[in-house]
Amino acid sequence: MSNKVIQAMYNDDDILMDAVKEVRAANHHIQEVYTPFPVHGLDKAMGLKGTRIAITAFIYGCIGFVFSIWMMNYMMIEQWPQDIGGKPSFSFIQNMPAFVPIMFEMTVFFAAHLMVITFYMRSKLWPFKEAENPDPRTTDDMFVMEVSVEGNEAELVSFLEKTGTVEIKVTEK
Amino acid sequence: MYTFSSKLKIVAFALMIIGFLGVGYGFLSTPSSVEDVKLMMQDSHDTHGEVATTHQVEAEVAGHDTLASVETETHSDDAHAEHVLHLLQNKPWSALYVALFFFFMISLGTLAFYAIQHASQAGWSVVLYRVMEGIAAYLPVGAILLFVFFVLSSLHMNHLFVWMDPEVVAHDELIQNKVGYLNVPFFLIRAAIYMAGWIWYQQHSRKLTLAQDSATDISNYTKLFKRSAAFLVFFLVTESMMSWDWIMSLDPHWYSTLFGWYVFASMIVSAITTIALVSIYLKGKGYLEFVNNSHLHDLAKFMFGFSIFWTYLWFSQFMLIWYADIPEEVTYFVTRFNDYRLPFLGMVVLNFVFPLLVLMNSDYKRVNWFIVCTGIVILIGHYIDIYVMIMPATVGEQWFFGISEISSALLILGVFIYVVFNALTKAPLLAKGNPFIKESEHFHY
Repeated sequence: MSNKVIQAMYNDDDILMDAVKEVRAANHHIQEVYTPFPVHGLDKAMGLKGTRIAITAFIYGCIGFVFSIWMMNYMMIEQWPQDIGGKPSFSFIQNMPAFVPIMFEMTVFFAAHLMVITFYMRSKLWPFKEAENPDPRTTDDMFVMEVSVEGNEAELVSFLEKTGTVEIKVTEK
Repeated sequence: MYTFSSKLKIVAFALMIIGFLGVGYGFLSTPSSVEDVKLMMQDSHDTHGEVATTHQVEAEVAGHDTLASVETETHSDDAHAEHVLHLLQNKPWSALYVALFFFFMISLGTLAFYAIQHASQAGWSVVLYRVMEGIAAYLPVGAILLFVFFVLSSLHMNHLFVWMDPEVVAHDELIQNKVGYLNVPFFLIRAAIYMAGWIWYQQHSRKLTLAQDSATDISNYTKLFKRSAAFLVFFLVTESMMSWDWIMSLDPHWYSTLFGWYVFASMIVSAITTIALVSIYLKGKGYLEFVNNSHLHDLAKFMFGFSIFWTYLWFSQFMLIWYADIPEEVTYFVTRFNDYRLPFLGMVVLNFVFPLLVLMNSDYKRVNWFIVCTGIVILIGHYIDIYVMIMPATVGEQWFFGISEISSALLILGVFIYVVFNALTKAPLLAKGNPFIKESEHFHY
């Protein structure tokens, strides 16, 4: 299997959406689409699977929740009990209402931060990484659809030309 | 056009009749004299004989405070029996009040939600407007019933509002200081003003959107936009005052600065749940073919979000009072924890934990039977919420979930179903004149 790809460039998201649908209907494989902004419904048109980040967020939230319970119990009940406002300081359950805001914040903190880290790792992003987008214009006003070449290259190029593209490039990847 | 099926009509009338009989029984079976109460207390003491020993131990452990109160209790047995009599006489009234307020609150919350849709010029919800108008149609009926209830209260038919009793006020300096606000004529005038304002908007908005259906320009629509914004200002002020007047004044010594918001949270989540349930019912019957699962998804998101909002306010109110531990404030929660622990904490499970876990997943918000199950749990939970707001002040430790409570809910539910579904037959179920109707029909997630 060759690593040859065709990069078809579009200058409008509606044309891009129609093109994606046409290419998929003709059974060509779209590797990636680069857009300057999130295009509503593009994931569905490309047939991408639904994200599972929500599940990880739930798990991370649970971890944060449990961690905060352990943390508050350790800090306020076991390690250094303090008399705050006359509340009994030797019982977790009787002090629990005061810990609820912390439990909430820790749940959100863990869910948010670990979710971002997961997202970076999953999309292979890290500091000083070189950009993957094939053309800097996709960060401005252009959309690029990358279609892998299988079989007749010339046929695919002429097919893509009819989908409203403004520029076509065949490259190795 | 929707036709009110005879089956549902029979259900509504059956609920009304069963409820009416039960409410009647509740009123007739209340003890009428101190002697009856003493007899009842004697009976219950005999059956609970074995519990008494553990009570004694608890009292000793709890220290002299409880012992002192036990002593005074035995000294003034007559006074205690009379106190219990008053509480028991309040019980059927309170049960009716909870039901009246709950269903009124649903229609008022729906009206507020409807006004928000107009004021924000929302596109997605236009296909649901007629459903909301139908639910809001209960507002005038509920308002009249509540007003009659208040007039009866002010005539001393019941003693829910202790500050209405001149006997009580004469011996209570705290209430005396509030007499400028908490007096019967002003209370009734305020209630009349709130209700008049809300009913006016309900009638007016209905008229304008019906007129918009056949209009050639959007003048009705823009007029409704302005009226809705003005209504929301009026509503937020009056809703807050209403919650002080109608619920918080049941405990005239106690106050909470976020009480209006707390009642509002309960109101809006019950209202949105009802909109979702009625929409799913109508869709199941083959009407509302233009409502797709994205509309229901959005309603379920609101159910989820406002359930959490309610919990946030419930907890904010509780935590500040718990932490500060000021006697005159903390009594409110002490009664609830001592006498109402199961409903008070149970409703947090129903109103928070259950919707949180069930509706968190995005896909579940589009499954009808998930929304229906959660919706029913949320409505029961908020009914208990209102119950726990009202009952501790009026019947105190004498509460139990009996015939009065259940039949009051059934009676008003029957009236509610009849009025709402009757109103739905009055106009086409699609507000086709709204300029956003196309956007709403094509709405997808």
